[in-house]
Amino acid sequence: MEFPRIPLGQWIEGGLGYLTSEYSLITRGISRVTQTGISGLNDGLMWLPEWALMAIIALISWKLAGTRLAIGSAIGLAFIWNLGLWDPMIESLTLVVIATLVAVTIAIPVGIAAALSERLYRMLMPVLDFMQTMPAFVYLIPAIPFFGIGSVSAIFATVIFSMPPAIRFTTLGIRQVPIELIEAADAFGSTRRQKLLKVQLPLSLPTVMAGINQTIMLALSMVVIAAMIGADGLGNEVWRAIQRLRPGDGFEAGIAVVILAMILDRLTQALRKQRN
Amino acid sequence: MTDDTQPVKIKVRSLSKVFGSNPKKGLELRDQGLKRPEIFEKTGLTLGLSDINFDVHEGELLVIMGLSGSGKSTLIRCLNRLIEPTEGEIVIDDEDIPKLNDKELLECRRRHFSMVFQNFALFPHRTVQQNAEYGLEIRGVDKAERSEKARNSLKQVGLDGWENAYPNQLSGGMQQRVGLARALANDSSVLLMDEAFSALDPLIRKDMQQELLELQHRMKKTTVFITHDLDEALNIGDRIILLKDGEIVQIGTPEQILTQPADEYVERFIEGVDMSRILTARNAMRPVRATAREDDGPRTALRKMSENGLDSIYVTSRDRKLLGLVEADAADQASKEGKQDLTSVWHQDFACVGPDEPLHNLFAMFSDKGFPIAVVDEERRLLGVVVKGAVLAELAESGEN
Ligand SMILES: Nc1ncnc2c1ncn2[C@@H]1O[C@H](COP(=O)(O)OP(=O)(O)OP(=O)(O)O)[C@@H](O)[C@H]1O
Ligand SMILES: [Mg+2]
Repeated sequence: MEFPRIPLGQWIEGGLGYLTSEYSLITRGISRVTQTGISGLNDGLMWLPEWALMAIIALISWKLAGTRLAIGSAIGLAFIWNLGLWDPMIESLTLVVIATLVAVTIAIPVGIAAALSERLYRMLMPVLDFMQTMPAFVYLIPAIPFFGIGSVSAIFATVIFSMPPAIRFTTLGIRQVPIELIEAADAFGSTRRQKLLKVQLPLSLPTVMAGINQTIMLALSMVVIAAMIGADGLGNEVWRAIQRLRPGDGFEAGIAVVILAMILDRLTQALRKQRN
Repeated sequence: MTDDTQPVKIKVRSLSKVFGSNPKKGLELRDQGLKRPEIFEKTGLTLGLSDINFDVHEGELLVIMGLSGSGKSTLIRCLNRLIEPTEGEIVIDDEDIPKLNDKELLECRRRHFSMVFQNFALFPHRTVQQNAEYGLEIRGVDKAERSEKARNSLKQVGLDGWENAYPNQLSGGMQQRVGLARALANDSSVLLMDEAFSALDPLIRKDMQQELLELQHRMKKTTVFITHDLDEALNIGDRIILLKDGEIVQIGTPEQILTQPADEYVERFIEGVDMSRILTARNAMRPVRATAREDDGPRTALRKMSENGLDSIYVTSRDRKLLGLVEADAADQASKEGKQDLTSVWHQDFACVGPDEPLHNLFAMFSDKGFPIAVVDEERRLLGVVVKGAVLAELAESGEN
């Protein structure tokens, strides 16, 4: 007798179908809010003249990391502008910023909770492994019935894919606060909240920042995939270049992604060092 | 201050701690007469503390001493419940600490205990000042007041001027001063010190011991001090508790521990140290810091005392023969009465020995008033003085060599 094939796919579809129909009100709400956020940020960044944004980013770089990064990021951005990729770059930046904000807002409380509760920690770790190893494309599939084609779905997939490091590093950061310091905080009669706010969180901040940095990098790595469900930006340029067989255009957009990644990476790292 | 007359601050009764998942089982086996290693072999449970009874008196410096693993840290952490006791009473000001709920425990820790740790446990992201303020800050003391108190306690430990430094900018000794200041600023009624000086190098360590003694003398703070170092215990302890495998083997003053060891364990512990029969007053003798001369007036004697930080001063004749002892109070009185010489002021109410007097005889001679013992030669010429701490230190030191 042959063992029947397990209808795993059918079950998942059934589950998703149920969720989309039952929770459409919520998903539509989320969709609207996110869309407003995206448009707002995007329009704002677009409204600024190119040189102004360049100047602002250079200034922040200078403040956080010094002249070298300031000059580097100014040149990099100017180069992107020169290639005619300014607008797609802004669209991608918007996507990354929003996705990172959402991811971090969820990740930090979850990371804290997992650090404080051994049970949650043991439940969460396999889930995080799953989230990170599942090919990112797969997240696009449920995103579409929930949020439709477009940026919101892209952000949904990006958030899920890029969140795990922020959770992991937050948990790690809090867990590696030396036991003596916890004892000291307890010995003086700190409440749990005081211990968290005055000792555990400040001491785990560099590690949390390292997690946020990774989340940003992962979010940026999603831009091409995001383009597949209709998100605008540099990923879209790459995608179009592939379809039209124009390797030059593709590489140009790819290099713009790299430049953006380097600026964001150095900036968040500088922020982290400053906190130390 | 070996004062059994002082009121009891903390009363510890049949305190036990078993580490592991079924602690009651460990206690049952203990009650059947099994010892720590057997209990561990049978059940995997560690009998950390077993049936501990002692009192801490108001204002005393109680030292808990024992080898590594004897349960010292466990004991001190049971007092403020950083470790939950398995059974027993710990009563402080009529509150039984093991029975407190979470909220009462928090309150009890804030009011009664501050702790100094072996590896300092300073908060690296806070300045020296902010570290010292920590205890007050979490109690919600307002900014001005806590800043003032923290500054004061930093001054007490000689760290004024360092308020804005971060811990990693300080040497080990200074870091532990911050640890001490953090504990003092809190103004709790009991100071808990777990091997507070063990991470410091020997010279700094001696200094810190001295400073702790002076602080303790000034502030009369009830202190429980843990060490595995006999020298340190003898030097600073009013009383010493000796722990072995989680049980108390002896409680006593340093003298009692040295002269009447309770069993072979204590004997072995102080083995090298028990040189008191070989050592003599000469070994522990210190040069006299200042003496008054027979024709000095009360004022001169007073000035000599205050310049040298003395409460009393020996009077000698021109050929350095010992005539008597003048106390600051008496000299003060005489000077107010307008007396011109000391003859009527000095007295003979002090101990006086030859340089070859065995050290163990000296213990009994220290007067309540703490006058140093005078060491004189056959002609009664003053050779030096012996202070109480020096006897113990000398014993401990020669024990190590
Ligand atoms: N959390 C724990 N779980 C299990 N056993 C423990 C735990 N903490 C301490 N013990 C055991 O209890 C005993 C007493 O430990 P404790 O730390 O009190 O010793 P100590 O006298 O402070 O030693 P040291 O001088 O090394 O600090 C040791 O055998 C130790 O292994
Ligand atoms: Mg210890």
